[in-house]
Amino acid sequence: MKRKRVLVLGPLSVRVRPRSLTVGIALLAAIVVLTVVAVMAGDYPLTIGQTLAALFSAGDDPLAQFFVQGQRLPRVVCAVLVGLALACSGAIFQPLAGNPLGSPDIIGFTVGAATGALVQITLFDGGPAATALGAVLGGFGTALVVYLLAWRSGLAGFRLVLVGIGVAAVLQGVNSLLVVRASLTAAQTAAQWLAGSFNTSTWSDVAITALALAVLVPAAVVLSRPLGAMTMGDEAAIGIGIRVEPTRLALVIVGVALVSVATAAAGPIAFVALAAPQLARRLTGAPGVGMIAAGLMGAMLVLASDLVAQRLFAPTQLPVGVVTGSLGGLYLIWVLTREWRRNA
Amino acid sequence: MTAAAVAAAPPQPRRGVGRRRFWGIAGSVAALILLAALSLAVGSNPIPLDEVWRLLWTPDGSVDASVVHDQRIPRTLLLVVVGSALGVSGALMQSLTRNPLADPGVLGINAGASLAVVGAVAVFGLTSIWFFLWFAFAGAAAGAIIVYVLGSTGRTSPTPVRLALAGVAISMAVSSLVQTVILSNQNAFNEFRFWAAGSAEGRGFPVLTAVAGFIVVGLVIALCLGPALNALALGEETGRALGVRVGLVRAGVMAAVALLAGAATAAIGPIMFVGLAVPYLARALCGSDQRWVLPATMIAAPAALLAADIVGRVIAHPAEVQVGILTAILGGPVFIALVRRRRIEAL
Repeated sequence: MKRKRVLVLGPLSVRVRPRSLTVGIALLAAIVVLTVVAVMAGDYPLTIGQTLAALFSAGDDPLAQFFVQGQRLPRVVCAVLVGLALACSGAIFQPLAGNPLGSPDIIGFTVGAATGALVQITLFDGGPAATALGAVLGGFGTALVVYLLAWRSGLAGFRLVLVGIGVAAVLQGVNSLLVVRASLTAAQTAAQWLAGSFNTSTWSDVAITALALAVLVPAAVVLSRPLGAMTMGDEAAIGIGIRVEPTRLALVIVGVALVSVATAAAGPIAFVALAAPQLARRLTGAPGVGMIAAGLMGAMLVLASDLVAQRLFAPTQLPVGVVTGSLGGLYLIWVLTREWRRNA
Repeated sequence: MTAAAVAAAPPQPRRGVGRRRFWGIAGSVAALILLAALSLAVGSNPIPLDEVWRLLWTPDGSVDASVVHDQRIPRTLLLVVVGSALGVSGALMQSLTRNPLADPGVLGINAGASLAVVGAVAVFGLTSIWFFLWFAFAGAAAGAIIVYVLGSTGRTSPTPVRLALAGVAISMAVSSLVQTVILSNQNAFNEFRFWAAGSAEGRGFPVLTAVAGFIVVGLVIALCLGPALNALALGEETGRALGVRVGLVRAGVMAAVALLAGAATAAIGPIMFVGLAVPYLARALCGSDQRWVLPATMIAAPAALLAADIVGRVIAHPAEVQVGILTAILGGPVFIALVRRRRIEAL
């Protein structure tokens, strides 16, 4: 018998699989450890004692306090939030597209959010808030275009993915075009933003992102149940009482919002949305969507990648997007070879 | 006439195909000549066409003459050669994998070549094209073999969709790796920053002479393979029954693709969609007979690449947009149109 526990809290009950719970706790622990390491490490290294003192404003080292509270902690929190958002978005789109590669970074939504932000930076000289708004609008605009182009008496997953690839390629070109045509200062801001990094994360970024995620992540978790049923086919989902098209629309909106918010906070970061849900699934071995485990996995991946990006070639700082892209690429090649060998 | 010869004859062209072929090829030649002329005239320093014509034959040592002779002529010739290479390698791959979405850019072969180039330069520190050209060939060959293995193993070969998806994902991953290498050592890679986006700017006769020979060999191999590819299009069994040596043809196609895509990438960086869009248009004009599709692609693809490059010189005047960016913007819609068709027909 498969062991399952049920948590009952008044009228609510949640079924808990012990293995998923273990994986979740392990991921949380890894996030905590990485957070501590990320706050300690840097060009001004600190011990654990100094870090804790600086964290609670108890130490006598104002410099440490500045680095920990003003620089490193917002960066770490931002990385965790962005990873969470990207992974949840991937966990929504992969079942929708019916393909593990149908994640928002490959089907163009990340690129579209970047286009929106670049339009703000290069054409309207927008500040950070306008850039973030531009990213969200760009993400939704791209999703709308992809959705409409892929629609053809129904939405086939593979057509969504392929149209998305085409749209992404065009928008990638548009992004480069915007940067080339921009004034020198705007081009520099744009290039920094495009590289995808947490170098400039502040507490106000964290606050905005956290606020958005406070709405979006619970919505994603709630929607993941009907989404799991829809992976068995629309007929089966309708049979157990799910209104398929409205649910699908809600899922697309939440997924695009998640990826847009993440891109607005840190710039385009590739492959987290692709890899995190798959890795989480492999660890938990659970059927269904596994939104929470995916989110934790995403947070851990981005945090770890950011640490690598900061320290690998220090003092040269790599953009975190480049690190996630390289790591994600290795993972991807592994997935493809496995999948094809199984089919052989 | 033997039975084999009868069966190996290409599918009977429908009425009007002959005329379409003639006008298609004639139009491509005209477009190529016109665009080549424009390519000599247009740029940050525009020169009128009649002046270009005069300077072409009587270089008078003026600034304009040196612009035409030292910059625009090698650039135009390079784009023509590279365009042919990209288009024909795309047509060959589409024919071999029977997948209309195959393109050396989309399937990650150009990305593989660029990774090999950047890696070699990072390790050995030499930036001569004669040196890294060989690494580009190796990278392209590795990419072609991976695509072929992914595309042909298993009981059911992967659908066009899965192959394209895998290729795009690998391309993205590889270009991240290329970025990592470039960003980690900015001094060594200053000149590769533009190359990584696909640029023909400032690549003179040395690059042209280095790649032209290899590309010509690749094109000749491709043209010789046309009839065999026609027979293979009927299926592997039928092809073998018609006397095609399947293994030899496949090896020939892979060698040609590696030569063409590798040389093109070494010359101007990874370029997407030229090898996708032009063979598609060529098939629309010429039918599915490779003996027509390959030459038509060979003429039309340089015209497309030249057009993209000219637009790139004008659109951000006086700055210049890399040709790789323009091919993505102009070629992406063709890809989307292909995908939107009711059924992505196997070739």
